[in-house]
Amino acid sequence: MPLSSRHLLGMQNVPKEDIQLILDTANTFKEILDRPIKRVPTLQGKTVVNLFYENSTRTRISFELAEKRLSADAVNFSVSTSSVSKGESLKDTVKNIEAMKVDMIVIRHSVAGTPLMLTKLCDSNIINAGDGVHEHPTQALLDLYTIREKVGKLDNLKVCIVGDIAHSRVALSNIFALKTMGARVSVCGPSTMIPKQIEDLGVDIIYSIDEAIQENDVLNVLRIQLERKAREYFPSIREYVKYFGINSERLEKNKKDILILHPGPINRGVELSSDVADGPYQVILQQVTNGVAIRMAVLYLLGTLN
Amino acid sequence: MKILLKNLTAINPEQNLQEKNIDLLLSDGKIAEFAHNLDYDEKAVKIIDLSGKQVVPGFIDIHVHLREPGREDEETIETGCKSAAFGGFTAVACMPNTEPAIDSAEVVEFIKNRSKNNIVDVYPVAAATVGRKGEFLSPMLELKEAGAVAFSDDGVAIKTASILKRAMEYAKMIDLPIIEHCEDESLSFGSMNEGINSTLFGLPPLPSVSEDLIVMRDILMAQYTGARVHIAHISSANAVKMVREAKSKNIKVTAEVTPHHFTLTDDALKTYDTNLKMNPPLRSHKDVKEILDALKDGTIDCIASDHAPHSIEEKELEFDYAPNGIVGLETSIGLALTELFHKKILSLDEIILKYSINPRKVLNLKVPAFKVGEKAELTILDLDEVWTVNKEKFVSKSKNTPFDKRLLTGKAVGIYNNGKLLLNGEIIS
Repeated sequence: MPLSSRHLLGMQNVPKEDIQLILDTANTFKEILDRPIKRVPTLQGKTVVNLFYENSTRTRISFELAEKRLSADAVNFSVSTSSVSKGESLKDTVKNIEAMKVDMIVIRHSVAGTPLMLTKLCDSNIINAGDGVHEHPTQALLDLYTIREKVGKLDNLKVCIVGDIAHSRVALSNIFALKTMGARVSVCGPSTMIPKQIEDLGVDIIYSIDEAIQENDVLNVLRIQLERKAREYFPSIREYVKYFGINSERLEKNKKDILILHPGPINRGVELSSDVADGPYQVILQQVTNGVAIRMAVLYLLGTLN
Repeated sequence: MKILLKNLTAINPEQNLQEKNIDLLLSDGKIAEFAHNLDYDEKAVKIIDLSGKQVVPGFIDIHVHLREPGREDEETIETGCKSAAFGGFTAVACMPNTEPAIDSAEVVEFIKNRSKNNIVDVYPVAAATVGRKGEFLSPMLELKEAGAVAFSDDGVAIKTASILKRAMEYAKMIDLPIIEHCEDESLSFGSMNEGINSTLFGLPPLPSVSEDLIVMRDILMAQYTGARVHIAHISSANAVKMVREAKSKNIKVTAEVTPHHFTLTDDALKTYDTNLKMNPPLRSHKDVKEILDALKDGTIDCIASDHAPHSIEEKELEFDYAPNGIVGLETSIGLALTELFHKKILSLDEIILKYSINPRKVLNLKVPAFKVGEKAELTILDLDEVWTVNKEKFVSKSKNTPFDKRLLTGKAVGIYNNGKLLLNGEIIS
């Protein structure tokens, strides 16, 4: 069974069968990562461009490693080193890249909808590596993979996404993918960071972190932006830590057994205390490892479609 | 040259007039005869049969951006007028956010000169404040004398309540309206309507309360000063309700809506087509429903296109980077006839009120009448012509429309103004 789409733009409307296929495929690739020679010839001769209009060291490296381990030719194109700074339009850049005969484009962009725009500009397979505060599908897939690996199931699992939901591309992708797989999803954070009408997506809103811990099997904790602009959304870091920060005392007070995910990079002492970030409940580095396997699976499944 | 228009249906609700199979003799830009069965020698007059067509007082679009001076690559007064004429308008009011802004008599005169002898009359709306910066009043008396018909800082709302109060008090002296683009600056950093769709599409949200706050401020200020305020491109249900209530209290407020705000909702944004990016943004179903009710009950007085030409390269950018606005002159009347007249939301009389009579009352302009000796200013409608929008055929310099390839029923097939007849895309003068 091949994937039902030749692009991965988001998790909205991705059918259950596709998610299952990607997770199962990642399983076989994960094994390769533990071999002494971590490379298979699966995508030999295919060229993948990592088109990053926004800084993202870890996502770019994760994709690049996934590409190299599949023997694809990986080319990195980042804003600071490209003609973008000379004012070339996205359209011209993409047309130029395509003229060099590439097969797939992995795009990260600060404006939502840009990956969809690329599908109209060129014939390559497009993988969204994060667009604005819209979607980040491979992050959601690696989160699901990690949860499934640790808990053994997704169906009927209670998952709460904690933090700045409104300015997160991870939240929406997680909500779509988790709900498709039968999980019960809630969000928890200051009300200024909960996007309008999110309850219409069938998620509950929780304003108490203690309740979120008590009620859920999994917490997916998002990074809080600390820049000045983002700071307009909450009174102070102190207040955030006090009412939404997760620390060991809080976990022990409310519940023992819980799985904690974080897409990174962590603000230690803000959304997670250091003892939790390094503690027994978290699976943060496993997520990073699984990220490579998930991206290999996505690249493989899309790259061998046509 | 004399032109005899035969067998038309003449309608003018302002005159309580509806005459079928009537003939109209036009000479030197005026109505020479208006009667049944006029007979003339074909050698002396050009005879045109308009059986099945409705002839109505010339339509005016009171909210267009002609871009000249400043952005002649996007539109000029000449191409904008041509676009208006082909769209069925005999007149337009052009907004002052040009470069330089229309804030001096010289710029008003420049526009008047550029549009002299055009088939379309151009009425400049001047800036309410110098440079539209919201600091000092523009020279309104001088601007009026030069030909300005209203004052607006369109593109933005008048910056502070304090300068708004003075602008209203000053404009009241000459009975011209303040036209307001209602948007609270401190809430305007988004690129689509805030709601379930902005959450789903991940685009930065622009809440409708941003519009409501300024509509409320402007209504209260109009009540306080006794001046006239005209709400441009109203789009939010709450704003519409406030205008309705203000009218019931006899506050001097009028409002216009664009065809895109009564035709489309923010559901359409799922394509991320930058031709759906405008300000105010497309709103929800609830807002559109309120707008349709308000068109029907008269709360919304006018339909105006907010014709906003942009170059292809500007609109081909990523959604957040693309500028706001769409062209509208050549699709406006077709959309209104399709979405309002044929769907039985408005009668033809009401369409004529929104496009011809009410907007002229807002701007204190004389409504054209079917009367011998009067200036002839007419729009010719074919209510049943089925046509497909083709942006490549637009005569506007810009093609930024979300309505390309849309099937419409009803069209303005011609206009007569300033002694020139444009019919089915050809000038007959």
